[in-house]
Amino acid sequence: MLLITCPHCGPRPELEFTHGGEAHIARPENPAAMNAEDWTEYLYMRANPKGLHAERWRHLHGCARFFNALRDTTTDQFVATYATGQPRPDLKGAGQ
Amino acid sequence: MSKTLRTPAGGSVNRVKTIKFSFDGKTYQGLEGDTLASALLANGIRVMGRSFKYHRARGVLGAGSEEPNALVAVRRDKARIAPNLRATQVELYDGLVAESQNRWPSLNFDVGAVLSLLSPFIPAGFYYKTFMWPKSAWDKLYEPNIRAAAGLGHAPTEADPDSYLNRFAHCEVLIIGAGPAGLAAALAASEGGERVILVDEQCELGGSLLSATDAVIDGQSGRAWRDAVVAKLAANPKVTLMTRANAFGYFAHNMIGVAERLSEHQASPAKGAPRERLWQIRAREVVLATGAIERPLVFPDNDRPGIILADSARTYLNRYGVLPGKRVVVATGHDEAYRAALDLHKAGVTIAAIADARPNPKGPLVEAARAAGLPIKTGYAITGTKGTLGVAEARLSPILGAGRVGPPEIVACDSVLMSGGFTPSVHLFSQSRGKVVWDETLETYLPGASAEAERSAGACRGQFGLAKALADGFAAGSDAARLTVKRDFVVQATEGDPKGVVGALPHDRGNGAKAFIDWQNDVTTKDLKLAVREGFQSIEHIKRYTTTGMATDQGKTSNLNALGVISDALDRPIPQIGLTTFRMPYTPVTFGVLAGMARGDLFDPVRTTPIHDWAVEQGAVFEDVSLWKRARFFPQGREDMEAAVRRECLAVRSHCGIFDASTLGKIEVVGPDAAEFMNRFYINAWTKLGVGKCRYGIVCREDGFVTDDGVVGRMSQDRFHVTTTTGGAPRVLAMMEDYLQTEWPDLDVWLTSTTEQFAVIALQGPKARDILSGLVEGIDLSPEALAHMSLVEGKICGVPTRLFRVSFTGELGFEINVPSQHGRKVWEAIWAAGQPHGLVPYGTETMHVLRAEKGFIIVGQETDGTATPDDVGLTWAVGKAKPDYVGKRSLARPAMAAPDRKQLVGLLTKDPHIVLEEGAQVVLTPGQKAPMALVGHVTSSYHSAVLGRSIALAMVSGGRARIGETVYIPMPGSDIAVDVTSPVFYDPEGVRVNG
Ligand SMILES: [Zn+2]
Repeated sequence: MLLITCPHCGPRPELEFTHGGEAHIARPENPAAMNAEDWTEYLYMRANPKGLHAERWRHLHGCARFFNALRDTTTDQFVATYATGQPRPDLKGAGQ
Repeated sequence: MSKTLRTPAGGSVNRVKTIKFSFDGKTYQGLEGDTLASALLANGIRVMGRSFKYHRARGVLGAGSEEPNALVAVRRDKARIAPNLRATQVELYDGLVAESQNRWPSLNFDVGAVLSLLSPFIPAGFYYKTFMWPKSAWDKLYEPNIRAAAGLGHAPTEADPDSYLNRFAHCEVLIIGAGPAGLAAALAASEGGERVILVDEQCELGGSLLSATDAVIDGQSGRAWRDAVVAKLAANPKVTLMTRANAFGYFAHNMIGVAERLSEHQASPAKGAPRERLWQIRAREVVLATGAIERPLVFPDNDRPGIILADSARTYLNRYGVLPGKRVVVATGHDEAYRAALDLHKAGVTIAAIADARPNPKGPLVEAARAAGLPIKTGYAITGTKGTLGVAEARLSPILGAGRVGPPEIVACDSVLMSGGFTPSVHLFSQSRGKVVWDETLETYLPGASAEAERSAGACRGQFGLAKALADGFAAGSDAARLTVKRDFVVQATEGDPKGVVGALPHDRGNGAKAFIDWQNDVTTKDLKLAVREGFQSIEHIKRYTTTGMATDQGKTSNLNALGVISDALDRPIPQIGLTTFRMPYTPVTFGVLAGMARGDLFDPVRTTPIHDWAVEQGAVFEDVSLWKRARFFPQGREDMEAAVRRECLAVRSHCGIFDASTLGKIEVVGPDAAEFMNRFYINAWTKLGVGKCRYGIVCREDGFVTDDGVVGRMSQDRFHVTTTTGGAPRVLAMMEDYLQTEWPDLDVWLTSTTEQFAVIALQGPKARDILSGLVEGIDLSPEALAHMSLVEGKICGVPTRLFRVSFTGELGFEINVPSQHGRKVWEAIWAAGQPHGLVPYGTETMHVLRAEKGFIIVGQETDGTATPDDVGLTWAVGKAKPDYVGKRSLARPAMAAPDRKQLVGLLTKDPHIVLEEGAQVVLTPGQKAPMALVGHVTSSYHSAVLGRSIALAMVSGGRARIGETVYIPMPGSDIAVDVTSPVFYDPEGVRVNG
């Protein structure tokens, strides 16, 4: 069971959380203006990296807030967790 | 051999406390402190099991959790039978009843052993090759028979009456393994005052110190040192010591699963005493001090009972006071076997020969054996054994090189000890995703780079010998506790060369000889070589093809030798063959300890409504809807479901029905931007919905497909009472929160689940208004004041209510929301008021029929995650003027408007008595052969009492354009002709909602 540090509550066991898929994919401002390719890109295409992955988690059985995390998909180790809306941390030497 | 092999003195067994036990129906005596294996050995019992594939007689090989052969069932009563226990780990208690496994009719005469004679015909992959055809015979014929003939033990047939506990624990330093390295690590780690947990699988802490005789640490005997250290640790309140604790799994982020045996070893556990406890320990740092496991030698006939690992023999002698035999041959490729030979020699056992495969062994242990006059043959391989159900002689051959041996000498003996060296136990390290690395010097895999906050110490990382283990353990404990404590242990112990032999010994016994690699799965060198000859090259494939290392012991004693043999066969170094990943559990754990308290009523939470008990009292039949118990129908007398539903349906249509809708999901959407939020989230338009009005809302996912629906009422300008489907409530709330928190943080809106806060009573039928009128206060129920799809707040039976005038039946209807604690009171008041009006309770089955008669969809029944609002006839609900909402862009994709999309239609069978099967397929022409051209499927199908015939809803390709056509439902033997119709079967004008 992962140990996840909610940026609002601190470290908590995984069973308090739900996973929310890849982070930093903002819903477009004006979907109606988008062509099919761009919309498809937004809707379906995900990075699925081997290594550092920015992903969303929700501390469902805690503060219930969404937040973002950088997790290494090869080791499951979290490198950082940070509040929704904040940019992906620029970690020198940590993955891509 | 029936004479006793118990020494007159020595060991840590209690000589004055004899214990009676039975094995395969015969009674024996052991001593307190014995394991089942040591007690059986002491009684001269050699054969303890039959092997898995060939049913060969097998004796005990080891003395601990690595034991592959001596698997037994321990039985207390019919419900308490624990199969597949290693006799080496079963602590003896008075009255213990143990049975051997995998034999019929008896251990010493097993009919299945004829399989051994057939073994030339059962090569690797035999089952794959032989039982391939015909395919259909696999399920019915081959598999059941193979399983009956094989099988490892039998599960009890009755439910487990025992209880199991579950605990979480946290500590700064967790140490796994309490041998010298683990004890030293605990000594160091505990000096910092932080929480330390030390776990060990045995009943006593100490590991190899428990059977040490010659070691002296800091001036004390190994055993005395161990006692002092354990006493010191036990006195430290920050240190937790756990015995009988199997650290079976290393999970992410230093979560270790430990199965602790609590009462298994007791003769008569207290009534209700828990049997085992699951620990989930989260540690900041982990020290793995898991030691090493002795490797067997691979030579012909190496599985004969009486052939045991040398160090295990030492354990039996020094810890349990049991001799492996009276005249022993020692076959080795490692120094430690000399220590065993010396100890046995001192105990009066004749060492008939020491056959060392190494040409020139030296070092203090070898010299000590020479000095003791033991007959050592260097450069000798053991090339065979003989004996019936035991060893009578060993065949020793000089090694000539290049895989050849010279003429053998036959040495009479009653036991053979063997040692190929020690394989570090990297199981937990590997489970932690650490990468093992090949060590050329030791010829073994050792822990490499860590993936978790852990470090290995002692023999499990190749630091062999007592002095090294203590120093390494202490350093690891200090490091894990982030201390810089130092301590030098003064150790007097004779240490040998840590290097041993890997793979098979040479022999001249020809192709028929069986040299076992994996005792538990009966894999021989021949099987591995055959796999290589047939083209397998990767250990991952060879393992699956031959099943080597795949038994319940996961190849604890066999993996490295298998790699050695494959390496020879492929002529490729071991590191290039790869290593399989170790999986949990380290040693098998019971289902009971994993299930813990999650059994029976506690298996899954059960949600019940405030009206639940009333329905129970009325004899309702319930169904599970997500976690809810919902009343499905209310049978009267001897009614079956069909009769009850027919009666309930007619009663609603003619008089009135009362229905518990409390399970509907409810979400309160509140805030200045509530309407804007609803506009963005739902496909419907909400701005113009007046206060006191309701609307049927539909939620799509961003991909445009319907995911939930429900009536939404506007309580005030800034407050919506949202309902969802019963199963969809958490999902819809989570989706709402997602958009609100992450996409639209600009909106000032609060979302609150109110599902549990309201009891919801649906009153449906022409008499509904008459029944309610006497119960409400301050509420005008007249059609003018409370039109269909509107709501009002007021009081009913003296308690506050949100009263919706809505209908999921097509009849005049109300849904009365009251605070949950008043639910039953209000329900009973309505029930009483309804008696003169012919009110009946109805369940979910009737609810389904009534809504289907009206063509109302159930999300998840008509829809399957690929239906758009238009597919299910809900285009009218879309707020077309809205610039955006969740799903809008996706719905604009051309494919979403394709004319051949599956659309909701009604189906009426030509024969009104036929009720279609839900899930049945729809085709356009009869008499098709598979594969047919399928154009749709039946989603809902019922007998409609009010219509006096069957009805069905279906999703049919281009369905709306097919209304009026005849299509077919192919069923075994016939095609059922049906007319495609509108999905609204009853009251298409919709006048009945007006009462
Ligand atoms: Zn939180």
